[in-house]
Amino acid sequence: MTADRKVSVTVNGVKYEASAEPRTTLVDFLRVELGLTGTHVGCEHGVCGACTILMDGKSVRSCIMLAVQADGAELTTVEGLSVDGALHPIQQAFRDTHGLQCGFCTPGFLMTIYELLEENPNPNDDEIKDALGGNLCRCTGYQSIVEAVHKAAARSAS
Amino acid sequence: MKPAPFDYHDPATLDEAVSLLGELDDDVKILAGGQSLIPLLNMRLARPAALIDLRKITELDYIREDNGAIAIGALTTQRSVERSQLVKDRLPVLHEATRLIAHPQIRNRGTVGGSLAHADPAAEYPAVALLLDAEFKIRSASGERTVSASDFFITYLTTSLGSADILAEIRFPTLPEGTGWSFIEMTRRHGDFALAGAGVTIADSGGQCSAARIVLFGVDATPVRASGAEQALVGQELSVELIERAAQTARDEVGEPLSDNHASSEFRRHLAGVMTERALTEAAGRAGWAGS
Repeated sequence: MTADRKVSVTVNGVKYEASAEPRTTLVDFLRVELGLTGTHVGCEHGVCGACTILMDGKSVRSCIMLAVQADGAELTTVEGLSVDGALHPIQQAFRDTHGLQCGFCTPGFLMTIYELLEENPNPNDDEIKDALGGNLCRCTGYQSIVEAVHKAAARSAS
Repeated sequence: MKPAPFDYHDPATLDEAVSLLGELDDDVKILAGGQSLIPLLNMRLARPAALIDLRKITELDYIREDNGAIAIGALTTQRSVERSQLVKDRLPVLHEATRLIAHPQIRNRGTVGGSLAHADPAAEYPAVALLLDAEFKIRSASGERTVSASDFFITYLTTSLGSADILAEIRFPTLPEGTGWSFIEMTRRHGDFALAGAGVTIADSGGQCSAARIVLFGVDATPVRASGAEQALVGQELSVELIERAAQTARDEVGEPLSDNHASSEFRRHLAGVMTERALTEAAGRAGWAGS
């Protein structure tokens, strides 16, 4: 029914329950209903990758998912990366290598890289570029982002 | 933009889903992974009255070898296929085609059945299904039927699935021992839809081509076989010249590809020839041809 549905999700370890119209996209649910505005909305048709989050550990585009499809899922957003105010190693590497400028695309990049390094702790350039192919950045240029991934990988290994 | 309102149903089983689909009127869309449908909803290019979300139907998430085929449940994600050791070992062409689909984030959500039912003519799965002569198991409230890939794809975004049908399983036949294969495409940017692509299987028996199948995608309203090029190969001794001739034939038998802001019709036709030549060369090498 078009009637609102209850959606229960765990985001960054915190349980939330809120109601949503079935047509509400997951990114709007996170931003508007839950107030978690770290995840950005870009193209709204699955091209730019700005809205990338983790759902049950896997990177997904939250603008081309409905909130109702995530009912019962564990989500991780950019707000879940830093612990006690200390930047996550991936965030620190972005800062160190100038991996961001305006920062709009950054949350999506960070979450995509988080998944990549979970699965492949020491990726080579080709693997990094393959993983990042679905994230667009319009100001930094990608070289410093690739460099950030190497740096984050090295730092996590040490 | 945001989707227009719709009724939402999330049945727990395939039986419930098909009976619900039978009860509702025609303006219903089936939601699998949503990687094609939700962009269309967001842009309001699709405004269905209701969605039936298949997310709870875990019975359609499997990959198994069954009687000479790899049988895949329609709700299996593309990522699962990409990572399947069974698929890598028994049907590497399907693994390769899957790797070329969009980006990891899309493959994490996108399903095999969803991509095939959506039937984008530049997409990889319709092409590999036609290449392998896959069978589609289709369920409705009145029972089950099987449709072959050559009858499944009708035209742009249109298949033989009726308004009461749900695609349940796709069976990709494995290739005979020694068959060479290739699946390649040309894109402007990594992960984009193909401007044009080619899938090839070829058998080489003592230097002679004993069987060949060529499928082109991105160049017509559905993936298409290059039958003239196939015929030009079979029974002939494989050579660089023969492959060039077959690729020229494939290029000439392509109809009138779409022109859009990504590529002109003429460029797509040109690519059809180039992709055929490269795919044939790679596949012939895998079939044991020493000339490549």
